[in-house]
Amino acid sequence: MSHHHDGSITAVGTQMDSYYGRPIVKEPVWQPEIPFYFFFGGLAGASGVLHAFAGLVGNKTLARRTLLIGAAADIVGPILLVSDLGRPERALNMFRVFKVTSPMSVGSWVLLVSGSASNTAAALELMGKLKPVKVAAEFVSALAGPPLATYTGTLIADTSIPVWHEARHELPWLFGASAASSAGAAAAIAVPVDEAGPARRLAIGASVVTLGLKEVMQRRLGFVGEVYEKEEAGSYGRISKLCTGAGAALLALAGKRSRAAAVAGGSLVLAGEVALRWSVFRAGFQSARDPRYVVVPQRERKAARG
Amino acid sequence: MSALAQPTGSPAAWPDTYGDEAKPRMGFFTDTSVCIGCKACEVACKEWNLIPEDGRLWTGESYDNTSELGANTWRHVAFVEQRKPLKLDGGGETAELDAEPLRWLMESDVCKHCTHAGCLDVCPTGSLFRTEYGTVVVQEDICNGCGYCVPACPFGVLDKRHLPRKADDAPLSLPLLGKKEDGRVWKCTLCYDRLKGGHEPACAKACPTDSIQFGPLDELRERADQRLEKLRAERWNGAQLYGRDPDDGVGGFGAFFLLLDEPEVYGLPPDPVVPTAHVAEMWRNTAIAAAAMLVGVAAAFVGGRS
Ligand code: SF4
Ligand code: SF4
Repeated sequence: MSHHHDGSITAVGTQMDSYYGRPIVKEPVWQPEIPFYFFFGGLAGASGVLHAFAGLVGNKTLARRTLLIGAAADIVGPILLVSDLGRPERALNMFRVFKVTSPMSVGSWVLLVSGSASNTAAALELMGKLKPVKVAAEFVSALAGPPLATYTGTLIADTSIPVWHEARHELPWLFGASAASSAGAAAAIAVPVDEAGPARRLAIGASVVTLGLKEVMQRRLGFVGEVYEKEEAGSYGRISKLCTGAGAALLALAGKRSRAAAVAGGSLVLAGEVALRWSVFRAGFQSARDPRYVVVPQRERKAARG
Repeated sequence: MSALAQPTGSPAAWPDTYGDEAKPRMGFFTDTSVCIGCKACEVACKEWNLIPEDGRLWTGESYDNTSELGANTWRHVAFVEQRKPLKLDGGGETAELDAEPLRWLMESDVCKHCTHAGCLDVCPTGSLFRTEYGTVVVQEDICNGCGYCVPACPFGVLDKRHLPRKADDAPLSLPLLGKKEDGRVWKCTLCYDRLKGGHEPACAKACPTDSIQFGPLDELRERADQRLEKLRAERWNGAQLYGRDPDDGVGGFGAFFLLLDEPEVYGLPPDPVVPTAHVAEMWRNTAIAAAAMLVGVAAAFVGGRS
């Protein structure tokens, strides 16, 4: 890309005017807490679901450990979110209103429900008390899990950042799959191999889906999606592919027999899913920084309307 | 669901919610064809609204050292130097100058006070609200600095203020809560306080050429139509209204413009659409993704319970 004195920008195949090449939409002001929250929120949500199914089929070890993993992630999540606020002391202002036009508003309430439910269930499990209340809390946590794991994709899609808004079809799916893969991987690490079958299968299956969805998203985005090949979004994307792919392969090949392989494979998958969130996060900044991603598609849209 | 309930026309649930206190919708018509780039608006805005200084920098971009709207700039005068004729062929007095065409465009940019405002729609605390005048304002005693409105705005108007907190607004001592910077978002209020007192906004008051006109939106639209007709008859090059049309992607601006070139030349998006226009579709998609995740986790148990 080159900037001319008259404010026009030329890049491969695109010629447009701009104001000294300056951005049109603002870069997000979110800090590193946010991509990590995407990861932990997803882990919490999907662990709640994994826990519920493990309980249903009577796999006690898997059920207990996924409950604890989910509850822990449900504590880390809100801490990250509060820490990112410009005014952390006003965190509770999130609960002044409920707005469907704001995925952050909806998500705050979902997180409140999920966090309360999973931690109530985990506490009662550890104390061995009030079985009926625990079961009810587990049920609530399982229901809140899928929305918790997917709403974050819609949260970033509901912005004017081209690479996020144009990916509104894929993002909740991508984040949901990444969450499922994370929950499976964490459980595959925490549970002895004999009882970790479903966790392993989930980690492997969801990893494949995650990698595939990201590819589909990037292709469909076309010009706007090229940020995924560049700079940080590109590097994190490659790390994610490598780690998730290698981790899933290791789990598939040796995860059944060796706990060490399961731990290594699960850790690689977790690292890959963190990198995936970072790739998507940084892509938004790159997309905001270059006015071509705003102007070129809008010009095309206008021309198509005639 | 503002963008859905009323696709165009007036803002959602406004002015009904104000009952007897309802006022006509007020706005700005910024006619850039008479702007002389004196920056009186920028200065008057900073003075009246007590906006802090945020550093000085020589950009080398014509007479513009302000560069963009943000937390500490609510009016921004853009300067564009172009090799383009001021008037089209047959435009009379300047025709002889067109052998060496050069023109200088100046535009005082501001928050658009959108009919369907992305910033307001996504704000999870209800800090951003629609006033009785139909304008969009941040309540600084409510904003918790979540930052969602920043990338939601299609025009990059809002930003977080990173300057230190004032002495009477001291950070708390807990490590997580002890942030030292202001941390909230700020933008044009269309001088809500002055309107309440029966005065016009500071920028409009200070503008010596009436490039910034304040008044009831209906009247401004009429006046703009007449002005455009006149400029077209005089064959001004590129004259066009921007944001006047209530059928555009944000339902029309409360603060709209007469420009002398395409919007992107001034750093404005050519076809802005409020991101929440797609919110129903996004939630539907999220619900399906969430359900799919539930099924996906269940499928991991198909191969056996452990
Ligand atoms: S221009 Fe941006 S900040 Fe102003 S009302 Fe519209 S969305 Fe909100
Ligand atoms: S930063 Fe403040 S005004 Fe903006 S969305 Fe968050 S709470 Fe609302």
